[in-house]
Amino acid sequence: MTEDKQIREPRYALRFAVLAAAFVAVFFASFLLGRYGVAAGTLADILADKLLRAVSFGHFGLPVTWTGTEEAAVISIRMPRILCALLIGAALATAGASYQGMFRNPMVSPDLLGASTGAGFGAALAILLSFDYFGITVMAFCFGLAAVLLAYTVSRFSRLERTLSMVLSGVMIGSLFSAATSFVKLVADTEDQLPAITYWLMGSLSSIKGRDTRFAFVPIAVGLIPLLLLRWRINLLTMSEAEARSMGVHTDRLRAAVIVCATLVTSASVAVSGMIGWVGLVIPHFCRILFGYDYRRLIPASMLMGATFLLIVDDIARIATTSEIPLGILTSFVGAPVFVWLILTGGGRRAA
Amino acid sequence: MRLEIKNLRFSYGGQDVLRDISFLAGTGEIIAVLGPNGVGKSTFFQCLLGYLKPKSGEILLEGKRPDQMSRAELARAAAYIPQSASPVFNYTVLEMVTMGMASQLKLLRSPGPDQEARAMDALRSLGIAHLARRGCNQVSGGERQLMMLARALVQDAKMLVMDEPTANLDYGNSFRVMERIRALGSAGYTVLFSTHEPNQAFRYASRVLALKGGCVLADGSPGDTLTEEALSALYGIPVAVRGVTLKGAPFRVSIPYERGGLS
Repeated sequence: MTEDKQIREPRYALRFAVLAAAFVAVFFASFLLGRYGVAAGTLADILADKLLRAVSFGHFGLPVTWTGTEEAAVISIRMPRILCALLIGAALATAGASYQGMFRNPMVSPDLLGASTGAGFGAALAILLSFDYFGITVMAFCFGLAAVLLAYTVSRFSRLERTLSMVLSGVMIGSLFSAATSFVKLVADTEDQLPAITYWLMGSLSSIKGRDTRFAFVPIAVGLIPLLLLRWRINLLTMSEAEARSMGVHTDRLRAAVIVCATLVTSASVAVSGMIGWVGLVIPHFCRILFGYDYRRLIPASMLMGATFLLIVDDIARIATTSEIPLGILTSFVGAPVFVWLILTGGGRRAA
Repeated sequence: MRLEIKNLRFSYGGQDVLRDISFLAGTGEIIAVLGPNGVGKSTFFQCLLGYLKPKSGEILLEGKRPDQMSRAELARAAAYIPQSASPVFNYTVLEMVTMGMASQLKLLRSPGPDQEARAMDALRSLGIAHLARRGCNQVSGGERQLMMLARALVQDAKMLVMDEPTANLDYGNSFRVMERIRALGSAGYTVLFSTHEPNQAFRYASRVLALKGGCVLADGSPGDTLTEEALSALYGIPVAVRGVTLKGAPFRVSIPYERGGLS
């Protein structure tokens, strides 16, 4: 069969292996980075010890050859932050890829239906009401979900075409919530509440604790797993409604499932980290260049690349300056030039 | 596939788009649906596909109403091929064709080598297997329509519903696509296609359904229905129909002309 091999399929497996190796390297390197130096060997011992204890329910461990400070730096300070960065990176990139397919538009970002602006308002309100740190996270999560639910409900009553009405109501709800956030800022105490709100909205992982990781883990896992399992079907949502239906697809159910999952992971991400733009937009683009358009490959690739990307950006945020640069600013600094490059070279249009 | 339509009426916003449409078609028929722009050809197709619900009347695909069939049943009954447009996402031709098997795969399953082999067979039968790994935005409009036909084939649908299959195609590609459609009719598929080109109906259709003002203006063999009077009434311009002989075979062609005479 020479006919079908005239153009060979790119070596996706190899590319995926390289991406996975990069992820693992960045993951371990992230533990070594920071103001307090930890040797690579010590890090390996600490992580091996923790893993051993976790799988043996605390019965086995390695002999302790490291200091308490080293363990605290690796386990209590860096670990939650690293796990959060990779979870959020994977979540935002996957949600972005899914939304782009569903709206048949590669320029769509995961906050299209108002998840981020809703979460931003929730957080601002929580800060205004002097909630504790965890309360802010919960409020942000709930308002993110509420905003999307509202946008979706409004769109259901619209007589316009389904995706168009969703985009329009998403934009509308988004602007409503951002106006509400501005109002909260206006009435907030300028001494400490206003800076807290402003800083939260910029997006950062600097105050992440173990509890945040655990909070974010459940909704992100609950959202990502169905997206991973349904990944091939997302392809069908990129076809026109009549086409997809005639191929036997339950478009309404599938679309609702994708919205729920993508919204869950976006809201959970924004709730713990604040607004982090661009990941959901740029990472799927890169993945399409490297892995083609099929969601069978795009979803896992977006997860892995998103996680790696946000880990790197967060590492830069941690070590670049003594006063930390908020992550949201950094991702934009990285994301915008990349996007300009994509526009100029048409990278996203290249053949698979 | 037996297609039966009885007194179909569809209205949108209180206004009738289609009314009194009755029609009967059997296996292997190639039916050209003609009519001026906005006459409701697309609406008619969407009713057939169970996407729009008729106001009254009945559509029966092999004796069953499309709006009461499951999506999987519907997929086996009719495949829809929309007007040629370049897709937003540049899937490879093979990936695109494989999507036609969605209704045959369990919800969480992705297609495997078996499905890809079937998709390759379909591509081979249409003579475009060499394009399998090409992006579907990198192939010509005609090749893309053949790809869509391949997708309909793997879907196992007995009826193909095509919305202007040769729109935006050049002369040669239109011919190639229509020849494939003719072959599919001979292979036992029931094909419905809309067109703005009466000559295509003359040449490829076994049956013509001419719609005007939401009603059936004429229904029958192309020779009987597409008379000079009917075509003139359909499009509001004078049309001449002539017989020509090409390599011993008779053809009919239609030629529109200026009201003042041929110039």
